[in-house]
Formats: sequence, structure tokens, C-alpha cells
Amino acid sequence: MLSYILKRLAIAIPTLLVLIVISFLLMHSAPGGPFTSERELPPQVLANLNAKYGLDDPLWKQIGSYVWGIVSDFDFGPSFVYKDRSVNEIIAQGFPITLTYGLLSFAVAVIVGVGLGVAAAVRHNSLLDYVAVGVSIGAQVLPNFVMAPILVLVFTLWLGWLPGGGWQGPEYWIMPVIALSTSFMASIARITRSSMLEVLTSNHIRTARAKGLPERRVILRHALKPAMLPVISYLGPAFVAMITGSVVVDIYFSTGGIGKAFVDSALNRDYAVMMGVTILVGALTIFFNLVVDILYGWIDPKIRY
Amino acid sequence: MSLLEIDKLKVTFEGDDGPVHAVNDLSLSINRGETLGIVGESGSGKSQTAFSIMGLLAPNGRTGGSVRFDGQEILGAKPKVLNKIRAERIAMIFQDPMTSLNPYMRIADQMTEVLTLHHGLSKRAALAESVRMLDAVKIPAAKERIRLFPHEFSGGMRQRVMIAMSLLCKPDLLIADEPTTALDVTVQAQIMDLLGDLQQDFGMATILITHDLGVVAGFCERVLVMYGGRVMEQGPTEPLFAEPTHPYTRGLLAAVPRVDDEDATMKAIPGNPPNMAAPPQGCPFRPRCTYAGEDCRVMPPLAPFAAGRARACHRPIAEVTA
Repeated sequence: MLSYILKRLAIAIPTLLVLIVISFLLMHSAPGGPFTSERELPPQVLANLNAKYGLDDPLWKQIGSYVWGIVSDFDFGPSFVYKDRSVNEIIAQGFPITLTYGLLSFAVAVIVGVGLGVAAAVRHNSLLDYVAVGVSIGAQVLPNFVMAPILVLVFTLWLGWLPGGGWQGPEYWIMPVIALSTSFMASIARITRSSMLEVLTSNHIRTARAKGLPERRVILRHALKPAMLPVISYLGPAFVAMITGSVVVDIYFSTGGIGKAFVDSALNRDYAVMMGVTILVGALTIFFNLVVDILYGWIDPKIRY
Repeated sequence: MSLLEIDKLKVTFEGDDGPVHAVNDLSLSINRGETLGIVGESGSGKSQTAFSIMGLLAPNGRTGGSVRFDGQEILGAKPKVLNKIRAERIAMIFQDPMTSLNPYMRIADQMTEVLTLHHGLSKRAALAESVRMLDAVKIPAAKERIRLFPHEFSGGMRQRVMIAMSLLCKPDLLIADEPTTALDVTVQAQIMDLLGDLQQDFGMATILITHDLGVVAGFCERVLVMYGGRVMEQGPTEPLFAEPTHPYTRGLLAAVPRVDDEDATMKAIPGNPPNMAAPPQGCPFRPRCTYAGEDCRVMPPLAPFAAGRARACHRPIAEVTA
């Protein structure tokens, strides 16, 4: 198991390198640059700027020195736009915020989604089932960029219960978490429900019932684990989608996470910030896929690493 | 008083094309320590009979009639009542040992939970008892192998585990639903031998559901032949096999291939089992029966005719056995 994890982490290094090279090339193949602006800079100034940030070097050399900076000093370079800030600082400031509401949203989506899905499956074709299915379909067709302004309208402008933006305390977390988690919660509820319904018809559940176990125990001890397998395989991509979804949250709720930094960097051609955030999301994706695979092995004894 | 008394049991499934009548007016009784075989083709309602005793019918199944176990009505009983009887007094083993054990739990956990739940044993005591039971079903190195998962066992070994698990609480009645159908022929014989030995040792009444007439002949004192959800003929095994009196029983026995037979063609019963969504009027065997007449449009009653024997046929015995 440990050797498997180490092996996966070792594979992550070349994967990230490939990610860096491809993003770097894509980024530089787009027209314009960090110093393109409406008022054209004098050629001499532009040349000086390019020289200062190493943009006049051949591309392979730029990639090489960028990677070397990361490997030797864990330095993701200076921002091309904010003169006094490094990428490390920008990420260090935004990432804890994104991680806070991201993990909270993740937890809410999993707990509520699984609970709703299991309840709907256990009471199949009952009122509860119909309500759960209705709610999850409704929640799923409501994208976060529609959800967010509705929340602000209702809870900030009409009811005045919650602050409409900022990041100063737990009351600022509530709306971002709702906006980000709702559609994932709905997907998890639907996946849980259908997989639980399938598991409940399987032979080993009949055996569990024949053993005289109370229905509660049949569900929690015998059915829940196998019913979670499709949910877990959904969680890896879902987590990444949540990080991407944080762009919307950061913009609507001014939460100041890395989603905002990511969008701004793309608009400003802030190469270093763009690369930094891309690598961060890439590393998180790799990490979460590893976690998903480990969870799989923990649930299904037939999977051994 | 008999241990289990089934009276006019009906099982109906609500299907998309109307109700399917899986079991019709089935009555049977079994005494303590007795072995009863229920024989019939696929779809004759034998498994559904077993599931309705245990309260394990699919959610769209409806039951009618009565099932009394030890004097207590258990048909349609509340889960709480049934859970006291399941495993503790009536245990069941299933057709497919490959899928009937929980693939995500160790054998130890699957077995001990029966004892901790029903007998309130400690984990340690339950584990010791489970190992003892695995020894009884002749699983080698039970003490170590109880820690394994089901996929680490062969089919025959898994069925042994199922049997051991079903006997943990020393039930009064064991229902074995085609316990050997999914197994290799050599393993089948071992499992039936084992079941026979355990039945002797534990003295529990056993209902063996099967389509294998050879298995019934070797195991059961009494046989009940089912067709189209109804009992066609019943009686003690030996005379019933020696001189079957119902056209269906005769056809079924004639269809068993014999190795000493010069003529190697299979003597199959012509036609197909009835569609239970639209069963034939009267006797379900009528469309395939060579003796059928107009009077067979009315279902004949299951009438006793000799010691312990009964048949449901309008034709006189002499005519059918001639």
C-alpha cells in the first residue's frame, strides 16, 4: 500500500512537468503579452521589461528556468502585473480561502447528497423519494452563477440576514458554500439513490435480511459501502469542478480566493500567476484521484495495490 | 402440531402487464425434523413459496392465505416479528453462493453479527462459535480462513460458508433453495452429503427446493411436485417415485436421462411452462398433458388417495399409470 502511494506520487512529477510544458506553450502561443496595453509602450521600455522578466529568452530556456525556480527554491516567480507581489504570495493569500469554502462545500455536498440519496432509495416510490428526486433535479439545473445572485438577492437584499460579500467570518461562508455545493449535492444524491436501489436488490442484501438483521443495519452495514463506489468515482472530478467553480464564487461574493486570481491572470496575461494556479489545480487533481483510488481499495477488498 | 403450516398461500406480483400469479392456493405442512422436497421446473413458484415464508418477497409481491410457524401467523408479519424468527428459527440458504455472501465484508464479520444480534454473544464468543461452525461444514483451517473475504473462496467453499452461517443459531427449519444448482457436479454431491449429515446431527426440519429429482430422492422423506404455482402431487418419496400418479410427475420422471438406457434420446415433456401472467384456465398442465379433456378447465382438488399421498388430477389413477 505504501509503495503504491509512493509510486503514484513519483508518477505525479512527470505528469506535472507535462502539464507545465503544455500550459506554458499554450499560454505563449496566445497573442499579446503581460505588457500589452491600450497605450503602446515605447519599444525600448518594452524591450527592457521583457529582458527583466526573461521574456526575450527562447521559450525552452524560459521553461527551463521556470521549472528550475520551482525545484530549487519552490519559487513560482514574480507576478508580471502586480510589481510588488510574487505568485507564492498571491496563492498563499487566496488558497486558504478557496480551500475553506471548497472543503466545506465538499463536505456539505457529500453529507447531504448521500443522506438524501439513501433516504430516497430506502423509501423508494414514496413521497420522500419524489421530493428528493424533485429537489435534486431542481438543484442540478440551477448553475452556480444563477444560484449566487439569487442568494444575494434573497438573503442580503430582501431579508438582510447575511453579508453579500467579503471574507471576515463564518457568516460570510454560508452563501458561497450553498452556491458552490448545491449542484454537486444534487448529482451525489442522484448517483447515491440509483446505486443504492441497485445494491438493495442484490443477493447479498437478501442474505442479510434472511439473517434477521434490522433494516437499518442492512442499509448501513451491508448496502452503504457498495452503494458508495460510484459516488466515490464521481468525487475526484467533482472536487476539481469545485475549484473551477470557485471562480464564480469569488466574483459574486468577493471572497478573494484563487478563482479570482486565476481569472484576472488570464485577462492580464499574468503568465506567472496563471502557471502557478494551473500547477496548483493540477497537483490537487492528481492528489484527489489518488485519494479516490485509495478509498476504492479500502471499500472493495478485491482491489489490492 | 406441525412446525410449519402453509394454508392456501397465494403469491402475486404486480407487473406492468397485469398481475403474475406465482403461487396459487399452495398448502403444505412440515413436522419437526422432517425433510420435504419441493420439485418443479423454473417458474413453478417454488422459490417464491420459500421467500414468502421468510418475508423476503420482492417489494411488488402480494401474498394471501396463511403461513403459521410453530402456531404463529408469520405471513405479512411486521419486520420486528420476522427478524426474531429469521436465522434464529428459520434459516435459508440460497441458490447462488457466488453472490449471496457480502463481497465487501470478511466472513468473520458476516457470521459473528448473526450471533451477537440473536444470542447477544460477545464478539470473541461469537467468533469462536463461528469457527466451530466452519469446522462443522469441513472448511479446512477455519480459524485462519474466517478472516478472508468471500472472493478468496471457491464456489463450493462459499456454499459451505453459507450453510455454516445459516446453522449458527441452530434453527428449527432450514430452507435450502437450490443449494447445488450453481455448483460443479462433484461439488454438488459433497454439499448434499454435508447437508444430509448436518440435518441428522442438528435434527432440524428441512425444505429442499430443487429441480434435481436425483437430489430429492437421496435427501427427502416427502416430496411435493409443483407446476404453475400449484401442487400437482405429493407423498412420501419412495412410493411417489416408484409409481407417480400425476401425468406431470410421470413426464418429469420420464425426462430424467438414464445412463443404462440404450435409447439415448431425451424424453422431454412437449410444450413450455405456462406464462403466469396469463395462466391456462383450470389445471395449469392442461395444454401439455396427453390426458387432458374438457373437464380439466376446472382445477381438480388435491385429493388424498393413499397413506400420505395426494394428487390433483381428474383422470383416474389406473388410466394414468396404465
